[in-house]
Amino acid sequence: MTENGWMAFSILIAAIFTDNILLTNYLGMCSFLSVSKEIKTATGLGTAVVFVMTCTTVINWLVYYYILMPLDLGYLYFIVFIVVIAAFVQLVEMIVERVSEPLYYSLGIFLPLITVNCAILGACLFMIIRNYGFLSSLAYGFGAGVGWALAITCMAGIREKMAKVKGKIPKGLEGAGITLIIAGIMALAFIGFSGTMNIR
Amino acid sequence: MQIHKIKKIISDGLGKNNPVFYQILGICSTLAVTNVLKNTLVMCLGLIFTTALSSMTVSFMRKHIPTRVRMMVEVLIIAVYVIIVDLVLKAYAPDISRQLGPYVGLIITNCIVMGRAEGFALSNPPGESFLDGIFSGVGYSYVLLTIAFIRELMGSGKIWGIQVLGDWWTNWSIMVMAPGGFFMLAIFIWIVKGYIIKDKEVKKA
Repeated sequence: MTENGWMAFSILIAAIFTDNILLTNYLGMCSFLSVSKEIKTATGLGTAVVFVMTCTTVINWLVYYYILMPLDLGYLYFIVFIVVIAAFVQLVEMIVERVSEPLYYSLGIFLPLITVNCAILGACLFMIIRNYGFLSSLAYGFGAGVGWALAITCMAGIREKMAKVKGKIPKGLEGAGITLIIAGIMALAFIGFSGTMNIR
Repeated sequence: MQIHKIKKIISDGLGKNNPVFYQILGICSTLAVTNVLKNTLVMCLGLIFTTALSSMTVSFMRKHIPTRVRMMVEVLIIAVYVIIVDLVLKAYAPDISRQLGPYVGLIITNCIVMGRAEGFALSNPPGESFLDGIFSGVGYSYVLLTIAFIRELMGSGKIWGIQVLGDWWTNWSIMVMAPGGFFMLAIFIWIVKGYIIKDKEVKKA
């Protein structure tokens, strides 16, 4: 494999495991806490995030290096990125609605949630700050999405099991509290991966 | 503006209606920097500035924003203020700006800023919206500052970068890593919710 390809591969693995965007950077917490009650919805949202994140990191990379940089408008990147994300999500929603109804009901209903998901914008900003090349950005966007989906699916699995033992959780911890503690333990488990791959 | 209205805004922002306790909104962008107190304070000031001014601007324009595109307009207004914060930090505090990295930009997607613009500023006059923005920002900040204080103290034995705990203290490195943030926030919510539940039971009885 070429050096570039090898680097992109290591970024892909690192973004999923050692540098999970949710468990080490706390991004995308809002939807993580509210949509992780059932495995089915969690995987639906997870898939949507993987797709949108991969596409938007690539589009934003192109926009940043081929439009903003030559025009010396680098400082505008926050605004441009968020507009690109919002427009892309809107577009995908419209296309999915027209093309396939089952897909719309399994995936499309999650799309509006994604515009305000901090993980998407976060991935785009990380990619610029870490100076990734095109291939690495693609790998990072995909990896970060998969990592997020993995975390939310695991969490939904745990919460489905937990719903069966109602009454054993202290009242003040029910809902968000216990979810955060589980997330903390998951983050601890993911620390076990650290050192295997490096993100930079 | 009447006094009781202002009082209500203040108590809503700081007290039990604080969005952090109720729906755990908006922790994404700030929780990540709570391992160092100084960075947290800078982030919180940026957030208060953004919330207050974007709420005020949205409120000024509320009669001219078409409902269909209002989310987009709100996001753009918020993004403008976040860019100002980012540029100011880059110019006057480049070290902190580098440490905060992408998190300043992520104030844009912070649910609290958006929530105040959407939930309060769209239906209230500018002055009140400005105050509301400040106090919900402050209400959010004290939660995060408390978390940051404990994490920095236990994780590295420091407060504001100054060593306060002596050699006898063994650093809990878990506190400065990601799980520490999750655990601290959970404990904080547990305590506050416990009080709210107790309060309700007392009122019922």
